[in-house]
Amino acid sequence: MSTLLYISKDSGAVSVGANEVAFEIMAEASKRGLDLEIVRTGSRGMYWLEPLIEVATTNGRIGYGPINVQDVASLFDAGLIDGNEHKLCIGQVEKLPYLAKQHRQLFVRAGLADPLDLEAYENLGGLKSLKTCLALKPEAIVQRVLSSGLRGRGGAGFPAGIKWKTVADQNAAQKYICCNADEGDSGTFADRMVMEGDPFSLLEGMIIAGFATGANKGLLYVRSEYPTAINTLKSAIGILQQAGILGKNIQDTGFDFDVKVRRGAGSYVCGEESAMLESLEGKRGQVRVKPPIPAISGLFGQPTLVHNVLTLASVLSILPDDAASYNDLGHGKSHGTQAFQLAGNIKYGGLVEVPFGITLRTLIEDFGGGTASGRPFKCAQLGGPLGAYVDASMLDLTMDYETLAAAGAMLGHGGVVVFDDTIDMAQMARFAFEFCAIESCGKCTPCRIGAVRGYETIDKIVAGDDQSQNLELIKDLCSTMEEGSLCAMGGLTPLPVLSALKLFPADFGLLCEPLE
Amino acid sequence: MKPSEQNPLEEAQICAQYANAPDALIEILHDVQTKHGFIAESSQIIIAEALNITRAEVHGVVSFYDDFKTSQPAQLALKICRGEACQAMGANELLSQVKEIAVGKSISVEPVYCLGNCALAPAAMIGSKLHGQLNSGNLDILIGGAKK
Repeated sequence: MSTLLYISKDSGAVSVGANEVAFEIMAEASKRGLDLEIVRTGSRGMYWLEPLIEVATTNGRIGYGPINVQDVASLFDAGLIDGNEHKLCIGQVEKLPYLAKQHRQLFVRAGLADPLDLEAYENLGGLKSLKTCLALKPEAIVQRVLSSGLRGRGGAGFPAGIKWKTVADQNAAQKYICCNADEGDSGTFADRMVMEGDPFSLLEGMIIAGFATGANKGLLYVRSEYPTAINTLKSAIGILQQAGILGKNIQDTGFDFDVKVRRGAGSYVCGEESAMLESLEGKRGQVRVKPPIPAISGLFGQPTLVHNVLTLASVLSILPDDAASYNDLGHGKSHGTQAFQLAGNIKYGGLVEVPFGITLRTLIEDFGGGTASGRPFKCAQLGGPLGAYVDASMLDLTMDYETLAAAGAMLGHGGVVVFDDTIDMAQMARFAFEFCAIESCGKCTPCRIGAVRGYETIDKIVAGDDQSQNLELIKDLCSTMEEGSLCAMGGLTPLPVLSALKLFPADFGLLCEPLE
Repeated sequence: MKPSEQNPLEEAQICAQYANAPDALIEILHDVQTKHGFIAESSQIIIAEALNITRAEVHGVVSFYDDFKTSQPAQLALKICRGEACQAMGANELLSQVKEIAVGKSISVEPVYCLGNCALAPAAMIGSKLHGQLNSGNLDILIGGAKK
């Protein structure tokens, strides 16, 4: 019987040598005449351990990491095949506190099996939701999504059920399910992990959404910076088509549904739903005026359900189990679990899925282990480039939509980017404007021009020119951008800028009163 | 010879694979760029014709999206991530270093905004390969290795 050895083929793991390690292990096993079968999986989401290898033993899966090509020989010498002790051994992977303290529903299958093994997917709970739903009335499914309290995971946190009901209620010859996989926020990689590591779960969610709302076509808009995700999804679609789970007359229900992958082309603003729709129509990614909302008039003017990757995959957590149990988890109006992503200058970066209500301190210190550099924590940016910076005095904030909003911050897509004391917050404020200028679709003057004037003015403040006047100008500019922009690109750029100014006036060399 | 002068059928074939649908323009541009390395003006003319849209519309899409290049690329393309997570781990210093290494060589250097590798920052694309945890130490080796 072969010994099973698991190594991730997740693009993050590959970026630090997982393929070279896998190759070396095969070569070494062959040299020693050992019977080894390597299974390439998605990542567990514990990136400081990648490349991570796991050996299946009678004692569960024993992990070793991070592994270099040079470590392989010594691993075999120590008895890797039997899960023996070695300086890089981390013991039973499932028992690691980082994993054991999580409440994985969405990421329950992360790192367990080959992402394209449909049988393994079914054995790990996949397709249960689809089978249940196909036997229900569409209205009943919509009702369950409504009562679960599921909120969109892209960043806006809008109640998903309301979108489902709106699309379902439209009378139209053609409706669409559009998955927004343009995960452009720095500090986020949860969507990527799902697409690379558990693609069937996303597709299953899309099929259920189609069935419930009356859409027979799905489109997956995936950013071009994620080539592995794109290829994995295309393969997964092919496999589901072969299995009769996608295509015509799914499982003999008379329901047709098919999905196409469409690539983005390097535009952050195409993560905004209407710019994404423009892009899917083959145009420049310009933001649309709303109303009409996409649920009524979306892709090609047809009713369209637009959802983030995690939202669609979360459908499996709601069905077939009682929607109420999903509703019970969480904090306040933020129901269920959230997949936080710990990134930047953090010791233990990765995916932490826990119910809403955890504090930022628990995430950064208990899970994250503090800064990677070992230097003092200075601040963290929550929710991506358009999110606020928070400092050490705010670490006891509970992570949920409403609490963060009340504190002037943003949950967004769950990204937490940590910085140590070597970061210059004036430069980060300047970068916020610079990023807006680069990625702006150009439609709204406050965004398109304001961003440029913004970083010019930050430069003046840093150079000591007319600081008090220029601060007033920044304040005024920010309010104009907030109120005069059609979308969050211009509308929320003030959030990181103003939070940096408020919390770290010294970085700007401010000799006058800092901003309120 | 420009790509479409060599064989104008190539662009037309790519368009036909997408049933000449105007909404497939971005897919078509990706495929044309994969084939030729960039999207020449002559290619844009053929695509506009095949999709029955204006040259201005094609130009508008090519110029909007950062991925699309309109001139022959360098032998090696380096894309250094300047996202916040990578900046938190020294991406800006890395970018300066990379620009120095690239001087006088057929290497292009451009900043990109997020490769999704944020827990293994700083990240970069060296050619078509994604790398994480870059530092001044491994940079030289990786770039040297990619040029072969």
